[in-house]
Amino acid sequence: MTERYVVAIDQGTTSTRCIVFDRRGRLVSVAQQEHKQYFPRPGWVEHDAAEIWRNVERLAPEALRQAGIDAGQVAAIGIANQRETTVLWDRRTGHPIGHAIVWQDTRTDDLVRELRRRPGAAVVEHDSALPMATYFSGPRISWMLDHRPGLRQRAERGEILFGTMETWLIWNLTGGLHVTDVTNASRTMLLDVHTLDWSPAALTFFGIPRAMLPQVRASIGGFDTARHAFPGVRIGAALGDQQAALFGQTCFAPGEAKCTYGTGSFLLLNTGDELVRSTHGLLSTVAYQIEGGPAAYALEGSIAITGSLVQWFRDQLELIASAPEIETLARTVTDNGGCYIVPAFSGLFAPHWRSEARGVIVGLTSYITKGHLARAVLEATAWQTREVVDAMNADSGLDLSTLRVDGGMTADNLLMQYVADVLDVPVVRPLAAETVSLGAAYAAGLAVDYWPDLEGLRQNWHRAAQWLPTMDPAARDREYRNWQRAVQRTFDWTRPS
Amino acid sequence: MPGTVQSIERAAAVLRLLAAGPGRLALGEIAHSLDLAKGTTHGILRTLQHVGFVDQDRASGHYGLGPAMRRLGTSQLDVNELRSFAINWADPLAARTGEAVRVGTVLAGQVLVVHHVFRPDDTFQTLEVGAHLPLHASALGKVLLAYRAAGAVPAAHLDRFTRRTILAPRTLAAELQRVRGAGWAADVEEMTPGNAAIAAPIRAHGGLVVGAVGIDGLVERVCDSRYRPHQQLVAFVRDAARSISRELGGLREAA
Ligand SMILES: Nc1ncnc2c1ncn2[C@@H]1O[C@H](COP(=O)(O)OP(=O)(O)O)[C@@H](O)[C@H]1O
Repeated sequence: MTERYVVAIDQGTTSTRCIVFDRRGRLVSVAQQEHKQYFPRPGWVEHDAAEIWRNVERLAPEALRQAGIDAGQVAAIGIANQRETTVLWDRRTGHPIGHAIVWQDTRTDDLVRELRRRPGAAVVEHDSALPMATYFSGPRISWMLDHRPGLRQRAERGEILFGTMETWLIWNLTGGLHVTDVTNASRTMLLDVHTLDWSPAALTFFGIPRAMLPQVRASIGGFDTARHAFPGVRIGAALGDQQAALFGQTCFAPGEAKCTYGTGSFLLLNTGDELVRSTHGLLSTVAYQIEGGPAAYALEGSIAITGSLVQWFRDQLELIASAPEIETLARTVTDNGGCYIVPAFSGLFAPHWRSEARGVIVGLTSYITKGHLARAVLEATAWQTREVVDAMNADSGLDLSTLRVDGGMTADNLLMQYVADVLDVPVVRPLAAETVSLGAAYAAGLAVDYWPDLEGLRQNWHRAAQWLPTMDPAARDREYRNWQRAVQRTFDWTRPS
Repeated sequence: MPGTVQSIERAAAVLRLLAAGPGRLALGEIAHSLDLAKGTTHGILRTLQHVGFVDQDRASGHYGLGPAMRRLGTSQLDVNELRSFAINWADPLAARTGEAVRVGTVLAGQVLVVHHVFRPDDTFQTLEVGAHLPLHASALGKVLLAYRAAGAVPAAHLDRFTRRTILAPRTLAAELQRVRGAGWAADVEEMTPGNAAIAAPIRAHGGLVVGAVGIDGLVERVCDSRYRPHQQLVAFVRDAARSISRELGGLREAA
């Protein structure tokens, strides 16, 4: 019997990767390619969807070649993708209509402000379990249909198709299947998260013709066979990247949570079959759905600026030469010296959702050195995590008992220790760092019985490092109060023009 | 002087020039001061920039001394940076071997553990980043000694940890000679009874050894019945060390 493998396509914000995994979930080969970022105006961020598909076509054979295998040995493909990024294309030619609008893009700011006041907004927010925000795809589709003459009419005639990145990739892989997975669909504001189908009320509200929407399918098991890039291979699964990371961390049971610490950070808590509505500024989202089964839901806390604060410290302040040096600099002092940095660079995400807030550095005295600033930079990530965890505990009634972590910032021991300290729970890093692609691979392998069940996947998860809380409770409370006071000072900084 | 290398002399002159004044200098000024062709000067500057001895201001394009130059003689590579380079290869090493992984460098006459991956069996283990190990009695330490990483030299008096610890300077010298020849080191119950370890060098630019990576575990798992490390495990450790070195620019890729 020849050995078989599973391939993950990780279509991320800056790059696309094809990764081959073996039966024990170990990485066999990686092929990676960045794509161009377009910034046509302040606040606008775009990708060329055609370029991204060309990259996949090039990376697929490359990953197989590096692994020394052929497509016949691939049991299934799993897709994990940047979420909320919006692509429109021509059904007949398959050509994208303009560039894709990326999740970071804030061009719908004015539109969203107006939509919030429109009758029916509350119903849409209820059905989708999301707050009206520029973050999601629905307002973007509306904007695109408004800003290109004749596009809405063509969309109504069924000539124009919409998709998030996984939809675009599946369309191209299969040569014309127009489907989305339910986790990605749950980030559009167009999905009724109870029925798991498009919400007629939302479509009317945003003025989006049903004909342009893909069919909603389960994340795991609901797709066809690829004809391009990996000819003859089953597409086993598709998931949004953060949901894939939750799956890769094997957080299958209610109460299990992971946080991915990268440029921004995303904490997701599995809430099981139950959709928990947040009253504390978190998002309710679909975690995954296995074909024929119920959906598993999650609460999500998104933090806009974490690793990017370290980048800012490196590139704009030039106080360090590389990101890891922040830890070296922070260790030159034993505490923050009373200094706090709240990185509300373009407002605050969860749990505050204050778009008018702007960053502050408070507590400056002549005593403060760059070492104290470095501490404050790292502590900002920990306290932002604490705010999200507090909101989750309050919303879910579950008390988080351990936090599973992944992403580039987990290389920082001082930070991970501080996260454990301020959350007062153990922080655990798994052996497999590539949790996003691993999650996509797991889901795909599960769909084709490459792996038998969720329990089998848990066996692959191993602890690589653990940080236990050691902070004195009184100090923790005092520091948290200071942080909260610093956050207050960011509010209402910008005024609507 | 027989056998001097002209380009190195010129590079030294460039560094002296940059070190002499407080400000940065433009390419033209440097070439003019040293009476060199612009092209030659540019080549020297690019090479010095590549190894971190020179850096170029993004806005003005002017040159100054780089961070590696300022750190020369202290620690060659930031330990947290070393961890970031090692982390992606330490995890697969633990997965392949089933043993704990450590990355070490030299600090004050000891091995400083800069990264630690648990043995992947989910038993309770404590993170030992920041711990110290003896240079002469650990596999990591022997590698660091063998290649004189950060100027490491054996202590005048070698402490005993077990009855297998090497105590005689001449025995240690012969062992280090063997390590240099083989490209890896072992410690078989020399630090802790019942434990064995394997380690290999991590190289940065120009082949300079800046650290060591290795595994450690129960002697019956790491070694065969004749107390020799399993060759398969040695190969995994050396592969990981090479992969980390490649990321650090310390391996010239064979085409
Ligand atoms: N040792 C470190 N300490 C703190 N931050 C770090 C460290 N190493 C990397 N980072 C930060 O982590 C981010 C990169 O993580 P990564 O998971 O690759 O992000 P993404 O996938 O979002 O691009 C960068 O923003 C960088 O500043």
